[in-house]
Amino acid sequence: MTHHALCVLSLALTSSLGCTAWAQSTESKGTLTILSSLPRTGSANAQTTTIVNGIKLAIAEAGGQVDGWTIAYQDLDDASPQRGNWDPAVEAQNANAATKDATCIAYIGTFNSGAAKVAMPILNRAGIVMVSPANTYPGLTKPGKGEPNEPMVYRPTGTVSYFRIVPTDDLQGVQAADWAKQLGAKKVFVLHDRELYGKGIADVFCDHAKTIGVEIIGFDGTDSKAANYRSLVTKIKAVSPDLVYFGGTTQTNAGQIAKDLRAGGYEGMYMVPDGCFEQAFIEAAGDSNLNGNTYITFGGLPADQLTGRGAAFRDAYHAKYGSDPEAYAAYGYEAARVVLQAIAEAKTRDRAGVLAAVAATKNFDGVLGRWSFDANGDTSSRVLSGQTVKDGKFVFVKVLGG
Amino acid sequence: MQDSEVFLQQLITGLSNGMIIALIALGYTMVYGIIELINFAHGDVFMLGAFLALTLLGMFGMEAWPQHWQLAGVVLMLVSCAAFCGTLNWSLDRLAYRPLRRASKLSLLVSAIGCSFICTNLGLFWGGMPMDVFAGGVAAAAPKDFPQLVPQYNLLGESAVRVVPADIAVLVVTIPLMIALVYLVKRTRLGRAMRAVAQDSTAAALMGIPVDRVIGVTFFIGGALGGFASVVYALYNNTIGFQMGYRAGMDAFTAAVLGGIGSLPGAVLGGLTIGCVRAMSDQYVETRWTNTIVFGILVLILIFRPSGLLGSTRREKV
Repeated sequence: MTHHALCVLSLALTSSLGCTAWAQSTESKGTLTILSSLPRTGSANAQTTTIVNGIKLAIAEAGGQVDGWTIAYQDLDDASPQRGNWDPAVEAQNANAATKDATCIAYIGTFNSGAAKVAMPILNRAGIVMVSPANTYPGLTKPGKGEPNEPMVYRPTGTVSYFRIVPTDDLQGVQAADWAKQLGAKKVFVLHDRELYGKGIADVFCDHAKTIGVEIIGFDGTDSKAANYRSLVTKIKAVSPDLVYFGGTTQTNAGQIAKDLRAGGYEGMYMVPDGCFEQAFIEAAGDSNLNGNTYITFGGLPADQLTGRGAAFRDAYHAKYGSDPEAYAAYGYEAARVVLQAIAEAKTRDRAGVLAAVAATKNFDGVLGRWSFDANGDTSSRVLSGQTVKDGKFVFVKVLGG
Repeated sequence: MQDSEVFLQQLITGLSNGMIIALIALGYTMVYGIIELINFAHGDVFMLGAFLALTLLGMFGMEAWPQHWQLAGVVLMLVSCAAFCGTLNWSLDRLAYRPLRRASKLSLLVSAIGCSFICTNLGLFWGGMPMDVFAGGVAAAAPKDFPQLVPQYNLLGESAVRVVPADIAVLVVTIPLMIALVYLVKRTRLGRAMRAVAQDSTAAALMGIPVDRVIGVTFFIGGALGGFASVVYALYNNTIGFQMGYRAGMDAFTAAVLGGIGSLPGAVLGGLTIGCVRAMSDQYVETRWTNTIVFGILVLILIFRPSGLLGSTRREKV
C-alpha cells in the first residue's frame, strides 16, 4: 500500500518536473518595455488614440514577443487637464519614469515638437532610444535649421538617440509656400501660434515664399487662448491678402481663426500645416467655415492614399478596430515596427543594443515605401501631400514635392 | 478699407467683446462689493452656463428650427442659463463660502479657488456627454462648435464696415441687463439692503436686515449675469470649451479691478476699456503684444489710482 502510494507520488513528481522543464523552455527571457508619451487629454485625443492603436497593432502582429523576449507596452499621457494640451511638466515626468524603469528600452513620442525638447535630453542621458511618429520641427535633428545650439543641446552625451518617421517642417513649409503660389496666391498674411512648431513652420513658409516671389504682407503671433480673433481679422481684411497661412494646431485655435475669418467677411484662402490634419480641426471650425477654400499640408500621405505596405496597414487597422485611422496612426505603427525590428536585430537586448540597431535602420520596408534613417536621425522619405476640406471631410488633392 | 473704416470696425469689435467682458465683470464686482471676496469660481460658473446652452440646443435640435423659432430658443437659453448659473453661484455661497464667513479672508479665497477647480472639472465631464452637439463626446476636452443661431451677414449691406446681427445681439442682451441691475441696486428695497450689508454687515444685521439672505441673493444675481453672458459669448464666438472660464474670468476680473472693484459702472467701463484696448492693440501694434499692453495698463492704473478708475477712495475695511 505504502509502496503503491510512493509510486504514484514519484510519478506525479516526475511529470510535474517535466512540466516545469517544458514551461521553462518557452518561458520569456525577460520583459522589454516600450513606452509611448502622447497627449491623450484634449482635442488631440482622437488623433493619438489611433496612433496608440497603430502601436498596439504592430506589437500584436509580432505576437507580443521578439525572439523569446516579451514586449510590454505602456501608453502614457503627456497632457494635463489644466492645459488641455501637452504639458512640459508631465512630459518631463514621463521621460523620467522611462529612465527609472529598468525594462524600458524604447520611447515612442512625442506628438508635439515642444514636448520632444523636454524629453530628448533626459532620455539621451539614460541612453534610451526615442522614436517620434509626429514631430516635425527641424531644429530637433538638423544643425543650422533651428537655434544655434540645436540640435546638440538635446544630445548631452553626443550620441544621436532621437529618430523620426516623418519629413520635417523645413520640407513641409517650403512645399506649402510652393503650393500657395500654384493656387494663385500673390499676397499672403502669415500667422503663427508662438509655439516651437507653429512659429518654426511659419518662418520657413515666409522665407521660401519670398524667394519664389510671393509677397508676405503681414506676420503676427496669435494668442491661442483668445475668445475670438475678430480684431485681427479686421486687420487682415484691411490689407486684402489672397491667402492666410496659420502655423499652428487645432489645440492652438486654428478652428476659431477659420470661424472668425468667415464671420469677418474674409473670402480668400486659408492654409494650415499638419498640426490641423485631424477631424477635431473640422469639428472645432465647423465644416461650413472650411469648405472649398481651406488647404492642409501633411508630411506624409493620408491613410486612403497609402499603397503597398501602407495599404496592408490600413486594412489590418480597419479589421481590428472597425474604424479608419487618423493621419498619424500609420506613423505610430511604423515607429513601433522600427523598434521591434531593432530589438530583433540588436546584438544585446538592452538600451545600448536597441539604440544602435535603430540607428542602423536602412531600406526599411515602411508604409511610405523604402526609407532609411540618416546620421541626424531623420527619415529619407520625402513624400508630402496636400488636402482640402469638402462636406466635413478631408479630401486628398495631390502629392507635394515627392 | 479706408483707415477710418478700419478704426470704426475695430471700435465695433472692441465694444462687442467689451460688453461681454463687462457682463461677467459685474458678477465679480457685486460679490466683491458685498463680502470682499474675489469669487474665482465665477468664470467657471459662466463656462458651465455655456455648456448648458449647448446641451439645450442639442436636446431640442434648435439648429433645424425656423429662424423666428430660433429666436425663441435663444430666449429659452438665456432664461435657463441665468437660472442655472444663479442657482449654482448661490449654492457655492451656501455650501463653500457661508460656513467660512467668520474665518479669515484667506480661507475664503482658497475655498473660492477650490470651487473653481471643481467647476472646471465638471465642465470636462460635461464635454464628454455622448451627444451630437458635443461631437459624440469622444474628445471631452476638445473645443465644441456652437452652431450659428445668429446669422453673420452684414447689416450695413455692401459697406466695408461690418455690423453683424451677433454684434446687435450682444447689445440687446447686455444693455437692458445693466440698466436693470443699476435700478435694482439704487432704487429697490433689496438694493438698499445690499448696499447696507456692503457698508457694514453688523450694523445692517442690527437694523433687522437678513444678512445671509441678502448675500445669497447677491450671489444669485451675479451668477445669473454670468449665465446671460455665457449665452451671449457662445452666440458671438461660436466655440465653447471647458477652459474658457479661465480666460474670460481673467479678463473680467481685470476689468473689474481696472474700473474699481465693487463699483458697477466701474466694471462696465473696465470691460469696455479692455475690449477696445485689445482691438486697437491687435490693429495698431501686434497681436502678440496685446496681453502685455492690457496688463501693463492695469499695472499703471493700479500704481497711480489704486482703487481703479471709478473705485471709491475710502480706506479698505479691516
